[in-house]
Amino acid sequence: MSILINKDTKIITQGITGKTGQFHTEKCQEYANGKNCFVAGVNPKKAGESIFGIPIYASVNEAAKQTGATVSVIYVPPPGAAAAIWEAVEADLDLVICITEGIPVRDMLIVRNKMKKREAAGGKKTLLLGPNCPGLITPDEVKIGIMPGHIHRKGRIGVVSRSGTLTYEAVGQLTEIGLGQSSAVGIGGDPINGLKHIEIMQLFNDDPDTDAVVMIGEIGGPDEANAALWCKANMKKPVVGFIAGVTAPAGKRMGHAGALISGGADTAEAKLAIMEECGFTVTRDPSEMGKLIKSMI
Amino acid sequence: MKIHEYQGKELLKKFGVVVPRGVFCPTVDDAVKAAETLGGKVWVVKAQIHAGGRGKGGGVKVAKSLDEVRQYASQILGMQLVTHQTGPQGQKVRRLLIEEGADIRKEYYVAALTDRATQKVAMMASSEGGMDIEEVAHKTPEKIIKVFVDPEDGLTDAQAIALADGIGVPAESRDKAVAAFQGLFKCYMETDASLAEINPLILEGNGNIKALDAKFNFDSNSLYRQPEIVAYRDLDEEDPDELEASKFDLSYISLDGNIGCLVNGAGLAMATMDTIKLFGAEPANFLDVGGGATTEKVTEAFQIMLRNPKVKGILVNIFGGIMRCDTIATGVVAAARETHLAVPLVVRMKGTNEDIGKKILSESGLPIITADSMAEAATKIVAAVS
Repeated sequence: MSILINKDTKIITQGITGKTGQFHTEKCQEYANGKNCFVAGVNPKKAGESIFGIPIYASVNEAAKQTGATVSVIYVPPPGAAAAIWEAVEADLDLVICITEGIPVRDMLIVRNKMKKREAAGGKKTLLLGPNCPGLITPDEVKIGIMPGHIHRKGRIGVVSRSGTLTYEAVGQLTEIGLGQSSAVGIGGDPINGLKHIEIMQLFNDDPDTDAVVMIGEIGGPDEANAALWCKANMKKPVVGFIAGVTAPAGKRMGHAGALISGGADTAEAKLAIMEECGFTVTRDPSEMGKLIKSMI
Repeated sequence: MKIHEYQGKELLKKFGVVVPRGVFCPTVDDAVKAAETLGGKVWVVKAQIHAGGRGKGGGVKVAKSLDEVRQYASQILGMQLVTHQTGPQGQKVRRLLIEEGADIRKEYYVAALTDRATQKVAMMASSEGGMDIEEVAHKTPEKIIKVFVDPEDGLTDAQAIALADGIGVPAESRDKAVAAFQGLFKCYMETDASLAEINPLILEGNGNIKALDAKFNFDSNSLYRQPEIVAYRDLDEEDPDELEASKFDLSYISLDGNIGCLVNGAGLAMATMDTIKLFGAEPANFLDVGGGATTEKVTEAFQIMLRNPKVKGILVNIFGGIMRCDTIATGVVAAARETHLAVPLVVRMKGTNEDIGKKILSESGLPIITADSMAEAATKIVAAVS
């Protein structure tokens, strides 16, 4: 098992005909069962055509109806990305993964509020992963996003992080010492996003094929602290925690739009302290993440 | 992106928030002329820099005659204004705002900002205007009133009234406060701001509500659709190295240490900085080369890092995913040659084409130190510079 996706997941790619979309769609197709998983693309101007053998439809709704796909991945450029998310939500998909970096925060605020209102009014709950994220992978089954597939191995460790390369770093360490991953999830570096650490931790907790989790966070926002507090009361599996940005100055945006210290509670030290208090094995040395997990299982 | 107070007030005025009459002045003569044109008996001479805390630093003066306007304008214009936000070196004052005096009966605080936890816009107001709001939040949190606004619905009358009543605006001025709050909210949304703060918002003797200050920060993801805001950009207020880096699509922030670092990915870049500190040194910068680093970008990154005279060594940390290690290795070798690199360089690369990358480094003939883990890389660079 795994969380959110597996070898039977059917996926629509929004923005499949753009440069980024094409590049990563090919890589995703090449990985494990990708050929069978990526079943549709969307581009209203190219409906009826196909790319890499994947048929292109005019809308997400039509693509979903024709193929039975329940998940979409978005590479649409920032100005149209929030509308692309909304289109996927209105098509009643289960999960939307938005890779796009640089979406205006106002657009994300509006689409997130629309999603919550739709759900509150009895509409289907569509999960959103991202934006500004690497995506997620269930090793040897399917990869949806921009992570390098070859560093992953199938196994029983869950990985969740806001940052792309820091996720790869953790995965690389695990693989190197012989520990595979059940799923590795990048939730993205933006201040307004969909799935947060807490929800991914809940999924890993419930996944019978995950034995332990590496949870990686960074400065800015309340998410890691919220996840830690939930874990304190509910998590049945060991967690190794790391927070990037001990050396980051307050008030400066460190690359990610969300990596900005705005008060006393969202510094790296404050988050590390809460995580430790909640039973995580925290480290200040990111080179130790893999070894620590190994010592705990 | 930040803007000046006088620009912020222009924006507020457009959205119906009352601001004092004022004139932006680049010279002392302009300042005196502006005071004459404004008329009255009292004027405020205000330094325009992006940092806060200008009053305490001596950048805001009340003048009671045209001579005093001239005197204060000459003092302030050109000074290195030091505030708690500028750092000890201060910021040179190049622009002034001359405003009519205000009859202050009471000072309030109001701000709009994006709230990550609720994914709404938080409108915050306080009866304790004119003070450092973080201190108010710390000492007397009950004096800060918050409402959370759905961006589609806007700030409703009920919410705005709750704010006005919550901070004790007198009944006869309530409508005016409501208009100011709603104007501020609308301004925040339509300009793609990430922070819009009025501190103080004042109640005048005649019952009017007026914004005496305006502080804005804008979402950099949205600047492409805000040409009017981009036109407000003042490059004099920005770090020249950070500015130069942004031209090459590099995310760079200068820090106080002596180890330059070049990393791909924001999270890994922060983790690398932290590792440097963990092993006994301090990072000189944050630098994310991003996903598509070319030789040109890596060379530019080296040049920007080396412009900092404090840099005594460089640590390159790359996790090759889509970006291949050999591409980066070629870039690093070219950059080291082109910049005639004279400080120790430690390179750690992992992932795609790691072996080819390492071979390129070792065959370059350059004294590049290689490492396998981040910890090893940090240990080696710290040893090399000490």
